[in-house]
Amino acid sequence: MAGIWVHGEIAGDGSLAKLSTEVATLARAIAADTGGAEVVGIVIGSKPSTSADELARFVPKVLTVTEPTTADHAAGMIVAQRLAALIEAHQPDIVMTGAGPEGRDLAGALSALTGWGVLANATGLTGSPDGPVATHSVFGGKLLTESALSVGKGIVTVRPNSVTAEPADSAGTVEDATASGDLAQPTVPVVERLPAESKAASIDDARIIVAGGRGVGGPDGFGLIEELAAALGGAVGATRAAVDSGWIPYSQQIGQTGKIVKPQLYLAMGISGAIQHKVGMQTASTIVAVNRDPDAPIADFADMIVIGDLVEVGNAILAELRERKS
Amino acid sequence: MRIVVLTKPVPDPASGGERLGPDGRLDRANSPAVVNGNDEYVLEKALKLVEAAGEGEVVLLTMAPANAPETMRKALAMGATSGVLVTDPAIEGSDTVATTRILAAALKTLEFDLVFAGVDTSDGTSGLVAPGVAVLTGLPYLSYAATIEPDTNARTVRVRRITADGYDVLEAPLPALISGTQALGEPRYPSLKGIMAARSKEITTIGLSDLGIDPATVGLAGATTKVVGSQPPEPRAATRVVREAPDEAARQVVALLAERRII
Repeated sequence: MAGIWVHGEIAGDGSLAKLSTEVATLARAIAADTGGAEVVGIVIGSKPSTSADELARFVPKVLTVTEPTTADHAAGMIVAQRLAALIEAHQPDIVMTGAGPEGRDLAGALSALTGWGVLANATGLTGSPDGPVATHSVFGGKLLTESALSVGKGIVTVRPNSVTAEPADSAGTVEDATASGDLAQPTVPVVERLPAESKAASIDDARIIVAGGRGVGGPDGFGLIEELAAALGGAVGATRAAVDSGWIPYSQQIGQTGKIVKPQLYLAMGISGAIQHKVGMQTASTIVAVNRDPDAPIADFADMIVIGDLVEVGNAILAELRERKS
Repeated sequence: MRIVVLTKPVPDPASGGERLGPDGRLDRANSPAVVNGNDEYVLEKALKLVEAAGEGEVVLLTMAPANAPETMRKALAMGATSGVLVTDPAIEGSDTVATTRILAAALKTLEFDLVFAGVDTSDGTSGLVAPGVAVLTGLPYLSYAATIEPDTNARTVRVRRITADGYDVLEAPLPALISGTQALGEPRYPSLKGIMAARSKEITTIGLSDLGIDPATVGLAGATTKVVGSQPPEPRAATRVVREAPDEAARQVVALLAERRII
């Protein structure tokens, strides 16, 4: 029987990465259309059990491999080698992982170890008797392409927020597995773990993002953006121009050389909507822009654009939100 | 200090001119090309490191169609010493698996202390090639770098890897392969002198036969994935333009959010 494997990514605190729950949900959805494939979760790490238990809420079976070296070494390359050994032993057809930094490192290394092709950055996935068909957004969202594997086996990386994670009707089992063999690739030690400079909420999974661009005018201007984000229960995002100016850390950057996000609401303050930024946020469910310039590119793809001064309009939105709450 | 920087000509994202060829892959011949954005950040870092060391070379390694030197000159104008271009009619349509194999084979013909690559390219955005090249060359792999600090005496390199919670400080012996991000710092603009100098810098061209790679295993013929369809995305609804005074505009914004159950 064909097998679809879901890699369970272990977050910094030992819990399961949210993205893995989405990948697992997608795997279940396509299994029935892929020849009744068995869906199996795989968790590899120094302490895999917490993540494995969480992943078992989403898939019928989870295999764990306890690999002590990931505790103090860069994990991706190590996990890829253990996963390659498991693949050799169990012969699944498809391995799915997230398309975040950890999943990409894993998938790239695993592809080189196995020779398997990769359907990268899937924003949707359907099953077929010939294998999965992935949807991708390309050319800055101008086009959707569909791709499939030329041979039966391969890897799929899935973009965050492609589906809403839903646990299975009943929880699955967790079993220990053994991945044999040496770690032939060099292991890279982690000599220190440093916390982020800013305590800003992560934009990766945020339901609401309030973002500022060059129009915000300076680091002080981001005070208003932060207030709006707090009032809406969202996270603060930024354009490259704002990050390059040093007004806000790189971790909050959205766009081509930053992050790609898909929130329910994207409130763009003083952001023109140039293509390099647009590729990172255009799939937001609702886009509201505040901009002085009615001809800014964002006017072409926002749901609503308020033409006006962002400080005046931003403060008015804050007042309106507070009034609504009281 | 000798640093090889993997650089890829990509269609200019700002041009809007990208299109698919008849095989469903990007039509590279007809899209205006620029140096991939993330590659410029690692190139800048490589140039700074060599400048600080007071000696060394920065060598570009590119796999691309035969017209790539036009784009490679832009990177040479920033200050890179020379370039190596892997080009062959058979590589057209190569997927990440073939690209990884070809770049790894080409790297094995070069000498270096460090190899840099951007974390991804703006055309494919897969982020798969750098870790794959690390596997096939057996180099230590340090990814998502925000800082890169080599110690030439100890022959080691330290990297701050960006994680979801902050940074992991990684350390590896040289030679090593590092993928880098925009956090490394803004790339310089080429000076007029740099542009002039780039014209006479050497770009060595090699083909698949020089690397001992069977053309049938790469390109479209050897691809592990295939494009089976494409369509434009669903158009977004028309934009509502609000020109009222701030208070009224804010009421309309908040009303929209309430109507869509966002708040």
